[in-house]
Amino acid sequence: MNNAIDARGLSCPQPVLMTIDRMKNQKNGEIIVLVDTETARENVTRAAGNLGWDLVNVQAEEMDFKMTLKKE
Amino acid sequence: MVKNYFATRWGIIGVGAVIGILAPILQKLGNPGNMGICVACFERDIAGAIGMHRAGVVQYMRLEIVGFVVGALIASLLFKEFKSRGGSAPIVRFVLGVFAMIGALVFLGCPWRAMLRLSGGDGNALVGLAGLIVGIWVGTLFFKRGYNLGRSQRSHTAAGWLMPLIMVGFLVLVLIYPQIEGQFKSGVLFYSLKGPGAMHAPLIISLVVGLGIGFIAQRSRFCTMGAFRDLILFKQTHLFGGVVALVIGALVTNLILGQFNAGFVMQPVAHNMHIWNFAGMVLAGLAFALAGGCPGRQLFLAGEGDGDAAIFFMGMIVGAAFAHNFSLASSPKGVGPHGIAAVGVGLAVCLFIGLTMRKKI
Repeated sequence: MNNAIDARGLSCPQPVLMTIDRMKNQKNGEIIVLVDTETARENVTRAAGNLGWDLVNVQAEEMDFKMTLKKE
Repeated sequence: MVKNYFATRWGIIGVGAVIGILAPILQKLGNPGNMGICVACFERDIAGAIGMHRAGVVQYMRLEIVGFVVGALIASLLFKEFKSRGGSAPIVRFVLGVFAMIGALVFLGCPWRAMLRLSGGDGNALVGLAGLIVGIWVGTLFFKRGYNLGRSQRSHTAAGWLMPLIMVGFLVLVLIYPQIEGQFKSGVLFYSLKGPGAMHAPLIISLVVGLGIGFIAQRSRFCTMGAFRDLILFKQTHLFGGVVALVIGALVTNLILGQFNAGFVMQPVAHNMHIWNFAGMVLAGLAFALAGGCPGRQLFLAGEGDGDAAIFFMGMIVGAAFAHNFSLASSPKGVGPHGIAAVGVGLAVCLFIGLTMRKKI
């Protein structure tokens, strides 16, 4: 969890910017992103998909979403 | 998790098309020219209706705006997305709202109206849209340098209800104090006897169309600023699809209804001072980008419990009051006496905000 991206409470386009920034440094593997709105979840999923990352799991934690993104 | 079809590519295109079709129909039913829906203009009319400015030609309680917020509230409650939140630099959002409104009123329209003006044949809209894109582009430069306004916090559920309740309050005021033929005042509300404020679709239609658009826009996250921002920042065309659909939908509807009239002069509620059409929208575009949404999107966010978006709306209402009380707003004759100075001040304030607020998250 230490290297999870915590984008909770941040408005557009921050969650996507943070996720893409991480993907520039980490070419593959697993990335965890925490967001707190459906909109952010959709936006991060879409942006990750464009870069070839798959959303393999979404866990609803209270009011937040823990998203797991993977790329081989 | 329920799949949200409105948030798919065809979903957002459909929503853009529906807005594009409904706006010219509202115009046919009485709303001002190329202003079937204009979020900035309609908020300015609301500011006039409650007497925050006394520009006699732009005073009317626009129920489209009420519908946008309440429609978004209903959608967010139905789909369990209502989340009361706020506290992400509210004063900055307020100031951005003020200058977004001032910039929009120098051009005479928000991004929605810029596109509707274009679909109605108003060539000046191209100049305004160019300004909008430049303003948003400047905003993306700040984003790349780490600009952000910090995190919002959860709040009491009731806090998120306040903005929709204010809108319901406006609706109640209209019902208690309806327009009286030939009178500029009814109870506490001001009305226009001539000018754009005197042009409006029937109340019930304005409200129902507003509710419908509020509902589908909340589901689809429709945003005219985000459309260009995402294209510039991420080369993503998702939201842009909605904007293109809006323009095409409105163009076709205008052609069918005989409302298309190509040219730069004698366009409804517009002037052709190109530099200030451009600069006004640079200011508005930059302010919308820094605040994270176009004025429509801010209303839909406010409806789903976002208190920061509600503060932005309040800023726009106060900005409208400044714009008319200080003669900053343009008219069909051209820019207001102090409009140019206000654009300069607004750009300086937005640059200050963009340059200084780069807190590391």
